[in-house]
Amino acid sequence: MYDFAYQKPSSLADAVKVLSGDPDAKALAGGQTFIPVLKQRLNKPSTVVDLSKLGLSGITVSGDKVTIGAMTRHADIAANADIKAKIPGLAHQASLIGDEAVRHRGTMGGSLANNDPAACYPSALLALGGTIKTDRRSIAADDFFQGMFTTALEQGEIITSIELPIPEKSAYEKFRNPASRYAIVGVFVAKFASGVRLAITGAGQGGVFRHTEMEKALSANFSPDAINGIVTSPDDLNSDIHASAEYRAHLIGVVSKRAVVKAA
Amino acid sequence: MGFEGIGASVRRKEDVRFLSGKGNYTDDINRPGQLYAVIRRSDRPHATINGVDIAAASAAPGVVRVFVGADLAAEAIGGLPCGWQIHSKDGSPMAEPPHPVLAVGKVRHVGDPVAVVIAESKQAAKNAAELIDIDYTDLPAVANLTSAVAAGAVEVHDGVAGNLCYDWVIGDKAVVDGVFAGAAHVVKLDLVNNRLIPNAMEPRVAIGDFDTSSGDFTLYTTSQNPHVIRLLMGAFVLHIPENKLRVVAPDVGGGFGSKIYHYAEEAIVTWAAGKVRRPVKWTCERGESFMSDAHGRDHVSTAEMAVDADGTFLGLRITTLANMGAYLSTFAPAVPTYLYATLLAGVYKTPVIYCNVKAVFTNTVPVDAYRGAGRPEATFLLERLVDVIAHDTGIDKLELRRKNFIPADAFPYQTPVALQYDSGDYQTTLNVALTNAGWDGFEARRAAAKARGKLRGIGISTYVEACGIAPSAVVGSLGARAGLYECAEIRVHPTGSVTVFTGTHSHGQGHETTLAQLVVSQLGVPFDQIEVVHGDTSKIPFGMGTYGSRSLAVGGSAMVKAMDKVIAKGKKIAAHLMEAAVEDIEFKDNTFTVAGTDKSKTLTDISLAAYVPHNYPIEELEPGLDETAFYDPKNFTFPGGCHIAEIEIDPDTGVVEMVNFTAVDDVGRVVNPMIVEGQVQGGVAQGIGQALLESAIYDPSGQLLSGSFMDYTMPRANDIPSMSVATENTMCTHNPLGSKGCGEVGAIGSPPAVINAVVDALKDYGVRHLDMPATGAKLWSIIQAATPRMAAE
Repeated sequence: MYDFAYQKPSSLADAVKVLSGDPDAKALAGGQTFIPVLKQRLNKPSTVVDLSKLGLSGITVSGDKVTIGAMTRHADIAANADIKAKIPGLAHQASLIGDEAVRHRGTMGGSLANNDPAACYPSALLALGGTIKTDRRSIAADDFFQGMFTTALEQGEIITSIELPIPEKSAYEKFRNPASRYAIVGVFVAKFASGVRLAITGAGQGGVFRHTEMEKALSANFSPDAINGIVTSPDDLNSDIHASAEYRAHLIGVVSKRAVVKAA
Repeated sequence: MGFEGIGASVRRKEDVRFLSGKGNYTDDINRPGQLYAVIRRSDRPHATINGVDIAAASAAPGVVRVFVGADLAAEAIGGLPCGWQIHSKDGSPMAEPPHPVLAVGKVRHVGDPVAVVIAESKQAAKNAAELIDIDYTDLPAVANLTSAVAAGAVEVHDGVAGNLCYDWVIGDKAVVDGVFAGAAHVVKLDLVNNRLIPNAMEPRVAIGDFDTSSGDFTLYTTSQNPHVIRLLMGAFVLHIPENKLRVVAPDVGGGFGSKIYHYAEEAIVTWAAGKVRRPVKWTCERGESFMSDAHGRDHVSTAEMAVDADGTFLGLRITTLANMGAYLSTFAPAVPTYLYATLLAGVYKTPVIYCNVKAVFTNTVPVDAYRGAGRPEATFLLERLVDVIAHDTGIDKLELRRKNFIPADAFPYQTPVALQYDSGDYQTTLNVALTNAGWDGFEARRAAAKARGKLRGIGISTYVEACGIAPSAVVGSLGARAGLYECAEIRVHPTGSVTVFTGTHSHGQGHETTLAQLVVSQLGVPFDQIEVVHGDTSKIPFGMGTYGSRSLAVGGSAMVKAMDKVIAKGKKIAAHLMEAAVEDIEFKDNTFTVAGTDKSKTLTDISLAAYVPHNYPIEELEPGLDETAFYDPKNFTFPGGCHIAEIEIDPDTGVVEMVNFTAVDDVGRVVNPMIVEGQVQGGVAQGIGQALLESAIYDPSGQLLSGSFMDYTMPRANDIPSMSVATENTMCTHNPLGSKGCGEVGAIGSPPAVINAVVDALKDYGVRHLDMPATGAKLWSIIQAATPRMAAE
């Protein structure tokens, strides 16, 4: 990696100040994407701002929502009894990210801010209709993701926590890239009294997206048969050496049905 | 302690240090005053180098020197030599274009080294390497075999017409064509053997050291054969005589062939150490290894078998294109010829065989031997072809194999493609494998899987391979530029403990245990009083290293010979001490006895007398008990056996799950059954990797798309099923141990078994053949394409 300055502020305000004042400063959350990128010299930050002393980790349940601190690690989400009980799809999802080492360093806030088009968490946030809390505002999930590696976050804006409404049912199903183990197609389905939301990661050229046709069918009838005939167009899907857009389009149907079976 | 000789599953003594972090790998070695080398590599598949501007890099902080190809050329540093010369069918020698240590004039593949920065730290060297300004003019590239042999293709090397390295044949085409003309069936199969990237756990590392007082060079390197590196680099590249060059290959974390070869970086650090008069270390990064370690396989073939009405094989006709990459790696030309085409009889009596191999240059990383080296390619071709013959003729695939097997009473068996097999029993390995795999119960398992919505298939492969390469005179006549004997020194110390110096090299195989077991059995020395030393040209008299599953069959045989000498000398000493005739002395269980008496001396008594020769036949016998032997094998060894794979396909996704794997191998005498089982398991894991997961993919422009673990699918533990591994051994008849070798059988026998199982699972979809790897995406496409037709039927 290139040389850079390193800061570990102990207040959110200080962190925001450093990141806001320097467009080349970068935040370090869990580092499980960022550190490999640095090691490959694909990024040359002036300053790396370590967010681990900001007290941003922890999981709380109140009423109809779960609040997860941005610096909460995947392994803690996967093992958390409240999340397992309230949003089992999320606990399962967290258990499928990376490997043990990654899950003990990587954080939910870091992953969401990065918005890798093949990352798992964006599908949970979007399907659950959660809210991103930052140092300055709240951003609804539907407004947060703005294309691959792009979010609504402003320069220097730091995610502090993620609020997730508790659904009646939830599940995540992941079809992995055989090499990287990222999602080729990952489907998070959440059933609320108000209806069903279903989000797909790994497949779309623009990153995570909701499958409204499936949502509509599942809202009427929450069973895998309800989405049997629904065909997804390959037009806006990714294609690479592991999976063509057509294969991904097909897998969206298969994986979605499996997610519904798991949730039901 | 219990029995620790030949046949005992002694725990691997080296694992104590490997598993406790105490291994001494090359990167663990640091020399005083050490500098760091970083290599600037080509990011172009094919380009002319108009100029390399090193001014900014040379002036960068911490930089000691920057070298480019012209610096080496100015000192007449040689190119990397090729160790095997093949002649084309017209008698002309193969095209052998220069392989400069640092590129001169052109770069020919992504990863081709152009310049090296020597700096005080790795970070400084990396920073400076980015400042090197290379002025390229891009050239069109040929990234695969098909495009390289196409009419009008760009030449990778000027003057190498058609990118053809050689055009080689074995067998009589007219005779084989004649057999085909009269055959009841001719079954034809086009197939590809996919290109692989070895990915040993430990990346390559090289440290050059120069002693300014003596002028001696030392190279520490991740090598499977340090003496070979000393010979090649000293004699052909750097012109350093053996007495001034020491090569050390300490603990090495996996090789699989990729650490046989003499690589540019070894020459760079050694030469640069002499220039800057300080040690120079280079450590390969993983991404760098993808584009600089020799790749494996990469054949495109057409195979045809002439078969008579009852299924008897009458003749085999094959054409193969073999990818050499951009330059000839050390043993590359031998792989698709003498390690491939000579295996094409397989386990069958096929009376006539013709094979034409065209070796082709492309703008890709050089290709060389990778675990199995030619025999996996031959076995995949044959065992797929046999299943396709069964498919096309309707003859049962087991019946077809049994009918054509070389029978157990036919050994020694001369094949029509040069090799003479010494022993084997293919019916037995097949029978035991069928039993162990529960072959007869398969249809019930297939039906149960179908009820679960899965497509289940079973596949078989019956194979033979050739190890322990081979009589030096024979390989010399075939173009090898080295001998292929092995050397061992047995040093019995004064108190009877033993140090073994072996010219083989252990990089995961467990030689420190296995070779010690030979001493336990032959000399009766306790296991814990035996040390095995390897991997240092200053300690070992000589050696050819470890590859081709040769260590036990060839290296172990050299040990037996050296121990015979120890015993012979010990008998003379014992005869003197016990006042008996030498011919009356017997040696057994560590003890010399006068036959028919109770007079005896232990080996320790004898060794003590040899080193403290007070009462000793000093007029006739030198003191000491230290014997060296060289063993030149009389033939290859021929391990073989039967592998059976059972798989399930999820038709919704195409994904294959390995359900069962059964291996029954004939590896000759087994010294350590636990180590043999581990070697077979590891080889099978690599074979499953090739069959289902791994593939080196270049785009048409010559960029490596599968250039990291993000895109190159290495098998993981959960891709590998529990497996049943057994041996049914016949002894090698021409070496003193009877051992054949076990290091590669897993990677050779398994890929066709897996693909045959996949094809079997898809039999209702009209699948006759598919190429590796059988990925989910590929199988889904096949299922999709076939489904409308099935629905219509």
